[in-house]
Amino acid sequence: MKKSLQDIFFPFVGLALVLAFWQLIAGRSLERVRADGTSEEIRAGWIKDLPTPIDTWVKTRKYVLEPFAKREELDQGILRFTWYSLVIVGKGYFIALLIGTPLGFLLGLSKTFARMFDPLIQVLRPVSPLAWMPLGVVLFTGAGKAANDLGALFTIAICSMWPTVLNTAVGVRAVPQDYLNVAKVLKLSRTQTLFRILVPATLPYMFTGYRLSLGIAWLVIVAVEMLTGRVGIGNFLWNEYNNGLYTSIILCIITIGLVGFLLDRGMSLLERRIQGAR
Amino acid sequence: MSDYVELSNLTKGFPGSTGPVIIVRDFNLHIQRGEFVTLIGHSGCGKSTVLSMLAGLCPVTSGAIVLAGRELTGPGPDRGVVFQSPSLLPWLTAFKNVMLGVDQVFFTAPRSERARIAEYYLSVVGLADAMHKRPSELSQGMRQRVGIARAFALSPKMLLLDEPFGMLDSLTRFELQQVLVNLWSRNAVTALMVTHDVDEALFLSDRIVMMTNGPEAGVGDILDVTFSRPRERRAVIEHSDYQRLRDHLIDFLETRAHLRPNQTPAPHRPPPSAPASRPVNRPVVRPREPLTADVLAVTPG
Repeated sequence: MKKSLQDIFFPFVGLALVLAFWQLIAGRSLERVRADGTSEEIRAGWIKDLPTPIDTWVKTRKYVLEPFAKREELDQGILRFTWYSLVIVGKGYFIALLIGTPLGFLLGLSKTFARMFDPLIQVLRPVSPLAWMPLGVVLFTGAGKAANDLGALFTIAICSMWPTVLNTAVGVRAVPQDYLNVAKVLKLSRTQTLFRILVPATLPYMFTGYRLSLGIAWLVIVAVEMLTGRVGIGNFLWNEYNNGLYTSIILCIITIGLVGFLLDRGMSLLERRIQGAR
Repeated sequence: MSDYVELSNLTKGFPGSTGPVIIVRDFNLHIQRGEFVTLIGHSGCGKSTVLSMLAGLCPVTSGAIVLAGRELTGPGPDRGVVFQSPSLLPWLTAFKNVMLGVDQVFFTAPRSERARIAEYYLSVVGLADAMHKRPSELSQGMRQRVGIARAFALSPKMLLLDEPFGMLDSLTRFELQQVLVNLWSRNAVTALMVTHDVDEALFLSDRIVMMTNGPEAGVGDILDVTFSRPRERRAVIEHSDYQRLRDHLIDFLETRAHLRPNQTPAPHRPPPSAPASRPVNRPVVRPREPLTADVLAVTPG
């Protein structure tokens, strides 16, 4: 009981400290009276253009309080923007799993395959989404109008695929020899060994990969939407930056973080259920 | 009766940094149908290697293995293997673990029949109430019971047991030895077991093959165990022959295991005084003299 109370209490203390620090460094609007009697608004403080927490809430609450509203194309509720982004992330992520899982199995099963492609993967893995995106669009220029969307999917898929590939490969290599001996002794066919032994034995590793991949897929969304101009939370963030509305940027950052956190939590629950089954 | 299993000049080596390392050299053994034979020897002497070669999990370097008139070339469900660790698939229940093999062997039988086979063997090993539990919900001893049921349920031509009770505490070990004796008395499958437990070997076997220390391990001596079956632990231990047989085994392990089969104890080497229950593996490598066939030949049963 005491522990759970602390679990709730301390995160709030941390949050309060950060808000206090934010308030301290944020700029304030002041009214300055000119010599001729007219007044003007000026910003003062350590970081003049950084809005205060309260300011942020006041100016962005319409996005939060009506999260699914659609007033205009670029003026929608924050969860509506989030939803657009989640849909494209979901599609790209699905492609990543579809390609990444078998690729991981091949890497884990075949030493030759691993020797051929492992160095390549290690080189491609650290490439930033900002670098992939233009290539993605170029690859699909033949698709006309859909080029942007396909480029976005390509970027999300290729950036988020690697944790799945590598974790699956590690998982396949880590399948205990005992299980493989059982398969050999019972003379299971290759397909049977794959689906009855290797896949179930690798599942916990695969799910760790899936969780990390989802995190990256969501991370990539801002970059993708900035470059393609697809409507979504990343695009909203970029537009509001160009409009000088810094409060919205903060709202977007908080939303992106919270959504990422929830996705990760959801995946860890799934992961734990899979691991609990053994 | 003719020999059911024949191991002829079985040799296992693998390339080492300073030339090939021979683990087992010219291992010869004939086993009759329905016979329970135990390989005993110090840890690391190569007895598990012999078993692995029989299971088909470890390729034979030279020599041959014949089972029921056919030379073995790889693993197969005609040999039921009980591994040292139960080796159950953790995502399947005890029942499904057994079914995995049953489905493989009796693929022509209807599903209900296959389920009946799995249920029968799980019940015989005492898991009637626990057969739908996963391995994580079972004790180590219960898991090994599943391992035994899985091997028997295949109706194999031969049973291979690789220190099947080595990871269990002594009470559970006694229990499972009795389970094995009971199961085996219903269904006398030809069996080869590997162990380093002298009492276990005496309780279960018809014949005990003592292996010399590796490298280049071979058959050192063979002991016939003629206690009547079905066996019961107390009766076996109290049998007038028990101590003599036990002393024979321990004497071999203590003083003769490090000799090649064709050597007699050297006078300048006094018997080491290691405690009987925990023989240490002495890394004695003696220059090998050429082997002659008659020395290695095993008395045909």
